[in-house]
Amino acid sequence: MTVTRRTFVSTLAAGTGLLAAPGLLRAQPRTIRFATEGAFPPFNQTAPSGAITGFEPELVQALADRQGFEFEIIAQAWDGMIQGLIDGKYDAVVDAISVTPARQEVIDFSLPYTTGGSAFVTVNETGLTLPETGTKVDLADEAGAKPAIDAVAAALKGKTVAVQVSTIQSGFLDTYLAPQGVTVRAYQTGPEAYQDLLNGRADAVMASVTNLSAFLKKNEGKVAISGPTFGGGLMGNGAAIAIAKGSDLAAMFNEGLKAMSDDGSLSELSAKWFGIDVTPKL
Amino acid sequence: MEFDWALLGFGPEGWGMVLIRAGGMTLVVSICAFLLGLVLGTLCAWARIAGSRWVQRLAIGYTVVLRGVPDLLVIYLFYFGGRQVVAAVGTALGFEGPFDISGFVAGVLAIGLISGAAQSEVLRGAYYAVPTGTIEAGRVVGMGRLMLFRRVIAPQALTTAIPAMGNQWQSVIKETALISVTGLVETMRQVSIAAGSTQEHFLFYLAGALIFLIITSLSDIVFRLAERRSLRGHQQGHA
Amino acid sequence: MDTEFLSGIFLKLLTGLPLTLNLTALSLLFGGLLALVLNLMRASRVGNALASTYVFVFRGTPLLIQIFMIYYGLASFDAVRSGFLWPFLREPYWCGLLALALNDAAYTSEILRGGLRAVPQGAVEAGRVSGMGRTLVLRRIVLPLAIRQALPAYSNEVISMLKATALVSTITLLDVTGLARAEVSATYRAVEIFLCAAVIYLALSLLVTRGAGWLERRLSPYKFGVSA
Repeated sequence: MTVTRRTFVSTLAAGTGLLAAPGLLRAQPRTIRFATEGAFPPFNQTAPSGAITGFEPELVQALADRQGFEFEIIAQAWDGMIQGLIDGKYDAVVDAISVTPARQEVIDFSLPYTTGGSAFVTVNETGLTLPETGTKVDLADEAGAKPAIDAVAAALKGKTVAVQVSTIQSGFLDTYLAPQGVTVRAYQTGPEAYQDLLNGRADAVMASVTNLSAFLKKNEGKVAISGPTFGGGLMGNGAAIAIAKGSDLAAMFNEGLKAMSDDGSLSELSAKWFGIDVTPKL
Repeated sequence: MEFDWALLGFGPEGWGMVLIRAGGMTLVVSICAFLLGLVLGTLCAWARIAGSRWVQRLAIGYTVVLRGVPDLLVIYLFYFGGRQVVAAVGTALGFEGPFDISGFVAGVLAIGLISGAAQSEVLRGAYYAVPTGTIEAGRVVGMGRLMLFRRVIAPQALTTAIPAMGNQWQSVIKETALISVTGLVETMRQVSIAAGSTQEHFLFYLAGALIFLIITSLSDIVFRLAERRSLRGHQQGHA
Repeated sequence: MDTEFLSGIFLKLLTGLPLTLNLTALSLLFGGLLALVLNLMRASRVGNALASTYVFVFRGTPLLIQIFMIYYGLASFDAVRSGFLWPFLREPYWCGLLALALNDAAYTSEILRGGLRAVPQGAVEAGRVSGMGRTLVLRRIVLPLAIRQALPAYSNEVISMLKATALVSTITLLDVTGLARAEVSATYRAVEIFLCAAVIYLALSLLVTRGAGWLERRLSPYKFGVSA
């Protein structure tokens, strides 16, 4: 049979279609697919071998052992992760995603597995320090939080704060600090924001305290946390596993999380990866 | 300039292996996207050369739209919007949900479509570059349409098409770097992850650039060989 | 069709248009100038080797890597951070512009080379024989013919640059694409927002194509069957 252009084209099209079909259409998965960044230490990070390690992969493994499900962890870009969850690209997200009222409108959450606020980190050399270091501010009490917020805003006026896009910290900065003259720069990934702090393009970075601890460890002596620790209100109260609205996985995850909290393995895991116990009592 | 070259190696701290795998993924994605572009480009060129008015308009519309929108946006649209299309097709075919379109498929489709628009221009130009005299001669001698294409049009069109196709192939390779925004682990994404994790940005972006340069240089050699072969028997004429 | 949402998005995205246009225009300008320099360099052997290497590197690697290399890669050196260029390299705008200009220069220099090659040797000789100096020949004979020849390919390059500016959204710049991504993060309505952005770029590229076509017809009326 001579290969004419027409037959070549049609067989190629048919071949492509046949090969692509299984990839395009996926039936109901029997294993649970978790999405994570792999770039948010110590919750999740990518090792040189390509494996994803950290607090969250081990948490998922522990849950899987207790509750008896198979799982798969895939790395995704943060920007679009919630969208991907809504679209059904994966079944759950474990990426230190905080439970906030805004997010609860579009997705569901399990019980939180870590608590903890957010803080600023600055480079020692610049001499910039924020007031009220070491205090805790609860944003649910807006009136009570105002003085601290204003003090921080005054110290950062005209300066640049780097933050990761669509995080509770970027929400906080846009809502409370940007109107007071602070420049907020949003980066696609956490490491990029930290890098620009080290490069001198940003004067401070705002991130969750647990994530900051990894950065501090790596740059001991050069950087320090300053200013109060913020939490609550629009920033939510802890990170949990995110699932699609109406998903039935919440019950299963919560059962496992409660069990882990009861027998202390959750606290152990936290101590292993964060150095302290930041888990709530479930 | 102090570089920790061990980071590029194959030891426990070495990202070498994953980088090579990522480079392989870049190649696979490029090949799939280019072939898709070839199919679409051929169909589109055919439509514009020999199609009815409406078919021509459709083909022109396709070309104009895909050459006027940034590749990044096309990739985003396929990645975020592709699911709805796939879901519609899937339910029509009787599959059960949930559906999803992976970064790989979204990327290949997006780049394949963009490349198809560009390749259709190349193929069209190559077709028109064939001297009409040779086509007429073939017809006069009694060649059928099939033989005419195989013996007269294709060989001559190839000599014009191959260099431009080589450029197209290089474009596709570079465009695959954009699929990194979907999270697919190809060279660009892997390099970003490594750079972010080790904070050695210059080193890893350099490595990424080298990987791409290697792929494009090798491709360049291959296409030059193909070009020389296609020019066999051609008189390099002076008018 | 949520027209209220769409028109709101449209207006928001249009605020990014000045940055997009600014980057496109300036990168073409600086890239064009650098391309001219690159082509002039090709007169000498060393210059030719340098120019060829430059073109090879910038055409063989993705623009995205070039942008990241300039923005993050350069900043990781103390020498750069304390150097005199730091006030510029500190800003994502200048880094983005630099990357776009360098990239454009590589492609434009090749287009210019093709255009220059198309200038008939006879025309140049005629000019020299008539007593025209080198610069005058360049100005009156070579460049007009070369530009006329290169125009179709260059108009493609203009559109490519327009599309390429979308990539600066990855280094936090808020051009049309950057604003679109920010909106999507906030509202989760990706398809509608990206379609709006796509329409804006499409409109711009259609304008460029029309403009290029008009320019082609004006420069070479004889090609289009218009009587002189």
